[in-house]
Amino acid sequence: MAGQVQALRRRIRTVRSTKKIAKAQELVATSRIAKAQERVAASQPYAEAITQVLTALASNASVDNPLLQPRSRVRRAGVLLVTSDRGLAGAYNANAIRTCEQLIARLRADGKDVALYIVGRKGVGYYKFRNRPIETSWTGFSERPTFEDARKIGDSLLDAFVAGADDTDTSHGPDGIQGVDELHIVSTQFKSLMTQSPQARFLAPMQVEDKEREPGLRPAYEFEPEAEELLDALLPKYLNTRIYAALLESAASESASRRRAMKSASDNADDLLKRYTREMNSARQAAITQEISEIVGGVEALSSAGSDV
Amino acid sequence: MAKQLHVQVVAVEERIWSGDAEMLVARTTEGEIGILPGHAPLLGLLKEPSQVRVKLNGSDQLTYDVTGGFLSVDANGVTVLAESATPASTADAH
Repeated sequence: MAGQVQALRRRIRTVRSTKKIAKAQELVATSRIAKAQERVAASQPYAEAITQVLTALASNASVDNPLLQPRSRVRRAGVLLVTSDRGLAGAYNANAIRTCEQLIARLRADGKDVALYIVGRKGVGYYKFRNRPIETSWTGFSERPTFEDARKIGDSLLDAFVAGADDTDTSHGPDGIQGVDELHIVSTQFKSLMTQSPQARFLAPMQVEDKEREPGLRPAYEFEPEAEELLDALLPKYLNTRIYAALLESAASESASRRRAMKSASDNADDLLKRYTREMNSARQAAITQEISEIVGGVEALSSAGSDV
Repeated sequence: MAKQLHVQVVAVEERIWSGDAEMLVARTTEGEIGILPGHAPLLGLLKEPSQVRVKLNGSDQLTYDVTGGFLSVDANGVTVLAESATPASTADAH
């Protein structure tokens, strides 16, 4: 009996410290969501402006930039998967990876090879464990991505994309590097505090998101330098901006997902604590009752023995 | 009061400055350019690295060191887009 009380007491202590961890994670995640959302909002003006500029440019310039042209034959597709560095974020990583797997299956069914680019330790761990080749990976900034990070990713994706232009079915082309012919990105979209959904999108060849065209109202731009040159300079920036936006949204989603997971974990810990405390109290009470009845029984036995004498 | 030029200086990570000014001076890959209110629509790639000067009313001016930048002029004003833009120290503002 006393042993049972001891065991329960130990359980309670464990649950209590687990709850503390969950609660702390929840609070940290809550404050991070707000910050991440601010950063998403702060990056909006640039994203809007560059989209507007590219739309103007694309409608003026003759569009023959390699980044905008779909390749006639797609042999290999690059997939950029955005996951988190740390766990305890509920189904966040599992969902992103599942969406990525679906995309890969679809690409394979179309007869395309897949090159994986991964952001975040969790995604890297998943593919390493399964011995699947990873082209390049980046870790260490999933919760606070900077534009510098996005640019590093963008640069190497762009290199691969450019290197893919001269690949043939049998060789890697004159440059000897096996590149990719299209780029996809799988990241998590932050819809609200309660809803985040993983999403696979097309990254390159790019489609400049065209707003409603209003014929006749388009200003005739002057270009410095020439429109084609300008397009060459701006498209990589646009690509980086898209990646940066995806990283920011994923960071916000990660925190939101973690907050939800940790909230339910600490709620569950509360329930467990209540149940274990009740069990412990009734076990202790049972032990006391038993002791008393033993004492009373003993006294009675003694007194009945004494009256006989 | 002369017409005002609406200027926005936007970096990737945040909006740096926005407001009305008299003139904006920047250096594109083709050369130095000054933009006054009512300038024709223009897209320009800025020289790397370069400075953008925003002349406010009177003698005040704001100077930014800009990398990876370009500018867009349309009917609404001027937008300077940059990968990074930091206020330059006044000492080397020319």
